[in-house]
Amino acid sequence: MNLLNSIIVGVKEIWSHKFRSLLTMLGIILGVSSLVAMSALVKGMENGMKEALIAMGGLDKVLLEDQQVPPYQEQLSDQAVGRTIDDVHALERSAPLIRLVSPEMALRGATVSRAGKSVTPSELVGVWPAVLDMNLHVLQYGRFFTPLDEERASSVCVIGAGIRDELFGSPEETGREIVPLGQILNINGQPFTIVGMFEHYESERDRKEREWAKAHPQEKTNTGPARMRGWGRRGGWAFWRKNLTVYIPLNTMWVRFRSAAGAANIPDPHLTDIDLKVASLDQLEPALQQARNVLMLTHHGIEDFAFQTQENNVENINSAIHNARMSGGIIAAIGLIVGGIGIMNIMLASITERIREIGIRKAIGATFRDMFLQILVESVVIAILGGAAGLLASLGAVHVLQMIAPTENTPIITLPACVLAFASSVGIGVLAGLIPAFKAAKLDPIQALRYE
Amino acid sequence: MALVELRNVSKIYHLGGEEIRALDDVSLDIEAGEFISIIGPSGSGKSTLMHILGCLDTPTKGTIQIDGTMIQDATARQLAGIRNRKIGFVFQFFNLLPKLNVLQNVELPMVYGGLSARARRDRAMRALQMVDLENRSKHRPMQLSGGQQQRVAIARALVNDPKIVFADEPTGNLDSHTGEVILELLRKLSQEGRTIALVTHDPEIAAVTPRRIEIRDGKISRHIDPKLAGQPRVEPVGVSV
Ligand SMILES: Nc1ncnc2c1ncn2[C@@H]1O[C@H](COP(=O)(O)OP(=O)(O)OP(=O)(O)O)[C@@H](O)[C@H]1O
Ligand SMILES: [Mg+2]
Repeated sequence: MNLLNSIIVGVKEIWSHKFRSLLTMLGIILGVSSLVAMSALVKGMENGMKEALIAMGGLDKVLLEDQQVPPYQEQLSDQAVGRTIDDVHALERSAPLIRLVSPEMALRGATVSRAGKSVTPSELVGVWPAVLDMNLHVLQYGRFFTPLDEERASSVCVIGAGIRDELFGSPEETGREIVPLGQILNINGQPFTIVGMFEHYESERDRKEREWAKAHPQEKTNTGPARMRGWGRRGGWAFWRKNLTVYIPLNTMWVRFRSAAGAANIPDPHLTDIDLKVASLDQLEPALQQARNVLMLTHHGIEDFAFQTQENNVENINSAIHNARMSGGIIAAIGLIVGGIGIMNIMLASITERIREIGIRKAIGATFRDMFLQILVESVVIAILGGAAGLLASLGAVHVLQMIAPTENTPIITLPACVLAFASSVGIGVLAGLIPAFKAAKLDPIQALRYE
Repeated sequence: MALVELRNVSKIYHLGGEEIRALDDVSLDIEAGEFISIIGPSGSGKSTLMHILGCLDTPTKGTIQIDGTMIQDATARQLAGIRNRKIGFVFQFFNLLPKLNVLQNVELPMVYGGLSARARRDRAMRALQMVDLENRSKHRPMQLSGGQQQRVAIARALVNDPKIVFADEPTGNLDSHTGEVILELLRKLSQEGRTIALVTHDPEIAAVTPRRIEIRDGKISRHIDPKLAGQPRVEPVGVSV
């Protein structure tokens, strides 16, 4: 008997036990769909995390952080200077492996208001123009701060599109893009002129969704609140945060908001952040060493600072993804194995039920190979159908997962995951069929015919 | 050389330490074209002999040669081939596959013989014509009477044009009238030149065949062969008819 005939016989056999075959397939369907859905979730998570990483400034960004004075220098701790603008100047002058230095002086808990509306920005920071390159900002309207703004400590600000949305109305609400250049807003009661606005940051997916909604204006799906926040889907946390930025010149921050905090009539000169970018990621270690040497001079040998690279973040992301992938994979593998056991079980029951048929087939000339193939093909066909149904089901499973646990990351069904899931379902069909097929093929015709 | 040569064949079963000689040193030749019946009481070893002749079972001792092939030396694969091409088997309980229709049942030996779908169909229809059932080709076995089912089984046994047809109590499960129809069919086939060996415990049926072999306790007890002009061939000497 040739393979085509075996397949036809196998499919007929499965068709004649539709319900039983469906139940048998269920294990494989669950295994395949959970494998594909899991990997889609993990892929979405991975993409979201990578996008967020870029939104936060990219891989070559290094944070210079305050650190407890180390124990062996404890007696010097009252002389620790902390991070000041001196460090920034020194690094710019003497650390050529550091491409960019961006000092930041933040004002915590600030409120920005205008005409009765107010918003709490994610960060209100005094900055240099270096911050644009540092945090990968794109200025869409107006200008950034000039040296004159810095020199004069002008009351000007550059805002993220989210601030505009809150105070002036978003394009979705008003139907047009409001550009609030020249408008005045109050930061903790002090008036500032808006001189520039960043573009609206969003994830790749949100951008596509928004463009689609624009192209299909008749479909008004937006019945919910205009804007979902925090860990909600829209934009994701990193993008949401970035859109709610307010920048003012560093000097303005120091003069206007720090004067009350300092000593001896000098406003508090401490910077809240110094961000660095290295000239080349390959030179990360030497660059950090160089920066450290420079800073040890400005800090009089007291090591009250530390570097935090994105490498830590990348490692965290990678290990989180690895873990998610492993646990998802194990769950899916268990599903597939259980499915395989189900198939083997039903095939064993099926050949016991068909011993007489097997005896008749052998009596009229079926060989070991014929019977072996017939049973194996049946098992593989069940697995293939189950695998295909599982792929379809995974589309639904992804939606269900998204509904149960909405995240900012769209699950992405990848081709390799589908291929892997389908191939393993076929492989499991073969494995599950081997023992029943062997048992059937080895049956002695006489004993099989006599079986009641 | 005879079509079938059985030499000193024994089949011994062991049941709980007890030895059961289902066949005890049986020798037998069947020539091409013969119509032969094997008769004996229940448990005498008729079916055992049939199964060994039909290559469904192997002897414990002795040799068997069918159409020049030594069966006891053949591989499982060769045996399957011989069952498929050289032997047609008709069972007492018909043994049709209930899920296949009549035509598919008759086609089945050719499926394992590797014929094309077209050739299978044509030959199966011709075999069904021989047993007068071509108008029932689309029916399931369950929709046929016992006699009709047995005729389908005979068509299936004939479809690969075998050297010899073995029938183990082909009428044993039928009423006497239907049994006669089947017997008539077998006789007709024999007259067309086919080699047929049938098992029965009914002397009336055995009387139809020119050559008769009686088995008792696994041994041939009586042998009636027209070629030997009434001379018993095998010990112990019995009474000729
Ligand atoms: N698989 C087996 N195991 C043990 N003994 C067996 C087996 N098959 C047959 N026998 C024994 O061999 C002997 C012959 O059995 P066989 O089936 O050939 O008889 P038979 O002549 O066909 O009888 P019947 O007319 O009832 O069909 C019996 O005693 C039976 O019990
Ligand atoms: Mg019998």
